[in-house]
Amino acid sequence: MTPDGSAAKVVEEDPGLPLAVRGMTVAYGEKPVVFSVDARFPAQSMTAIIGPNGAGKSTLLKATLGVVPSLSGSVSVYGQPIAKARHRIAYVPQRASVDWDFPARVVDVVAMGLYRELGLLGMVSRKQRATLMHCLERVNMADFAGRQIGQLSGGQQQRVFLARALAQNADLYLLDEPFAGVDAATERAIIDVLKGLKAERRTIVSVHHDLSTVTDYFDRVLLLNIRKIAEGPTATTFTAANLQATYGGRLAATQINDLGLAHAGA
Amino acid sequence: MHPILEALLLSAGYNSALVAIGAGLLGAAAGAVGTFLFLRKRSLVSDAISHATLPGIGLAFILMVALGGDGRNLLGLMAGSAVTAWLGLTLVEWASRRTRLAEDAAIGAVLSVFFGFGIVLLTVIQGMSAGKQAGLQGYLLGSTAGMLLQDAVVIAVGGLLAAAVVVLLRRPMTLVSFDPEFAAAAGYDVRRIDLAMLGLVMAVTVVGLKLVGLVLIVALLIIPPVTARFWTNRSDVAVLLSAAFGAVSGYVGSSISASAPDLPTGPIIVLSCFALFAVSLLFAPDRGVVASLVRHRRFQLKVHRRQGLLALAHGEPIYDRLTLSVLKRGGYLRPDGVPTDLGRDQAAHAYWDERRWEVARRIHQAEALAGRYDGLTPMEAVFTADEIAAIDRQLGPVSPAGRT
Ligand SMILES: Nc1ncnc2c1ncn2[C@@H]1O[C@H](COP(=O)(O)OP(=O)(O)OP(=O)(O)O)[C@@H](O)[C@H]1O
Ligand SMILES: [Mg+2]
Repeated sequence: MTPDGSAAKVVEEDPGLPLAVRGMTVAYGEKPVVFSVDARFPAQSMTAIIGPNGAGKSTLLKATLGVVPSLSGSVSVYGQPIAKARHRIAYVPQRASVDWDFPARVVDVVAMGLYRELGLLGMVSRKQRATLMHCLERVNMADFAGRQIGQLSGGQQQRVFLARALAQNADLYLLDEPFAGVDAATERAIIDVLKGLKAERRTIVSVHHDLSTVTDYFDRVLLLNIRKIAEGPTATTFTAANLQATYGGRLAATQINDLGLAHAGA
Repeated sequence: MHPILEALLLSAGYNSALVAIGAGLLGAAAGAVGTFLFLRKRSLVSDAISHATLPGIGLAFILMVALGGDGRNLLGLMAGSAVTAWLGLTLVEWASRRTRLAEDAAIGAVLSVFFGFGIVLLTVIQGMSAGKQAGLQGYLLGSTAGMLLQDAVVIAVGGLLAAAVVVLLRRPMTLVSFDPEFAAAAGYDVRRIDLAMLGLVMAVTVVGLKLVGLVLIVALLIIPPVTARFWTNRSDVAVLLSAAFGAVSGYVGSSISASAPDLPTGPIIVLSCFALFAVSLLFAPDRGVVASLVRHRRFQLKVHRRQGLLALAHGEPIYDRLTLSVLKRGGYLRPDGVPTDLGRDQAAHAYWDERRWEVARRIHQAEALAGRYDGLTPMEAVFTADEIAAIDRQLGPVSPAGRT
């Protein structure tokens, strides 16, 4: 399968629609972990992808990007096949599987977000250097610019990868659990950054685990458990019934009640 | 002039000067390519590639002789070695991808089988009438003996070309080595970039066969990057340093070997590499053994001094022998263990500093500032006078115990 196997079939789509996924099925070995998922992510929306561990959330993002091959399905990004629109996407993986002893400073990692802009031979200009520092400031990491990346805590590393995504200056941000392992103050800072991106007319899709903050942070949700359970505005889709369908017995009724959601049919 | 010095100064004749320059360029290319291989944690693949060249050399020789040509033609031998190296590389890739063999096992299998086959071919060639003077043994350990001018030019140009491709591909290769998933998401074809990296390794190996020999060329791909790692925390700097180390090793090694024609070139080049490595291991400023010993000792003394002073401030007895000796040598304690005036003063200061830090950590939430607290850094090194005054106001007018 080609690395862009996910884009094998091109669908005509509205160029104003940041991301549409159709009939996406992904399997590791013989076991489908994402099955026939359709989803649309409208412009300037902030969507949470929600589901239990192993529901295929990360896999859906990776297959969308063509990082893992999909068995079937098509993806269109701003009406184009993904191969033509990659420069408009930034991706922050769940837990970057990188070698932490790699000889790179924090600012070098963020600079990787500029590689496309730089091309093969371009040099980092003064203006771009300022951009890099600005990206680090937005995630409160400017003080660490010169540190070797291995000398950071897990939450700090997470923020460096977010800064790298900011440096990509994309229109569509795909984030895999950006809040995992960060403290409350940092979570606040990150959500402010994301809301800032949204205000700049960008689109955000984020895997999210903390059900209690979904209504505060996101205006749309995609509930996923191998299949798509539901998709739509948070107010109408993030309901007790849908959560029960997504999590099954894993989520006690009291936990759902604690969220204070409208009950289906209520 | 001493022959070695003569060779180093390029005055031992046009031919050996060119060989030395060629070896320098080859070393630079090997060092640069090797850095990416090292960062991708695939250094050993180069060993499989280099050993897999041997049957190609033998087959190319036999073919060229059979066609009535000169079996020793360098370009012909290089072409042959490239073919079997590529085959060996493909086998390693295939075995580790399609079978349950891990890459290291696949490398070991391919390496030994190809090398064994190559040795059999060399023995066969020895028995051929044209094989006696072929000097193919030189390809095992490298030699400058009997090197033609055109051979030196081939090596120099090959090294230069490989280095140029490294410059072109440095960003994709860095990205793929650091974070392949991000690279794939950003649209880089990880597999192709990996292949390009291995292709470069193969090019360097094939070009360097004659000079360095296939047994030892891996050293030129592995040792300079490891050496460079001692000096820097940046991958781009590491590539440059590694290229410089490789260049120096190649240049010096081939010069020495040219001035003493009995010495095989490969081992001398490898020993030059190793000399640079040993110096770096010991004396590199940050990661070197000496520097880290000194740093550790300094740090230990600093900790003991601080702990001792705080114990003095609290009027606690000190038992630790190192702490006692640090305090005595610093003039904080008299030989009989009674604090001096200086000792009392410094103890009060340490105590006060500790209290200030407590407040500072409470009011300054900024991570970078609070992160500077390690129980050792003096307040004044981090905060401005105004900030310290603000902290003191919080501590109140009461002067701490022991403060005069
Ligand atoms: N590389 C892989 N090889 C085989 N199976 C995999 C691989 N990666 C994930 N899986 C399986 O696929 C399923 C979905 O994994 P995925 O990482 O997409 O889940 P997730 O929804 O992101 O979970 P989490 O909330 O824990 O991050 C899981 O059952 C997992 O075991
Ligand atoms: Mg996941």
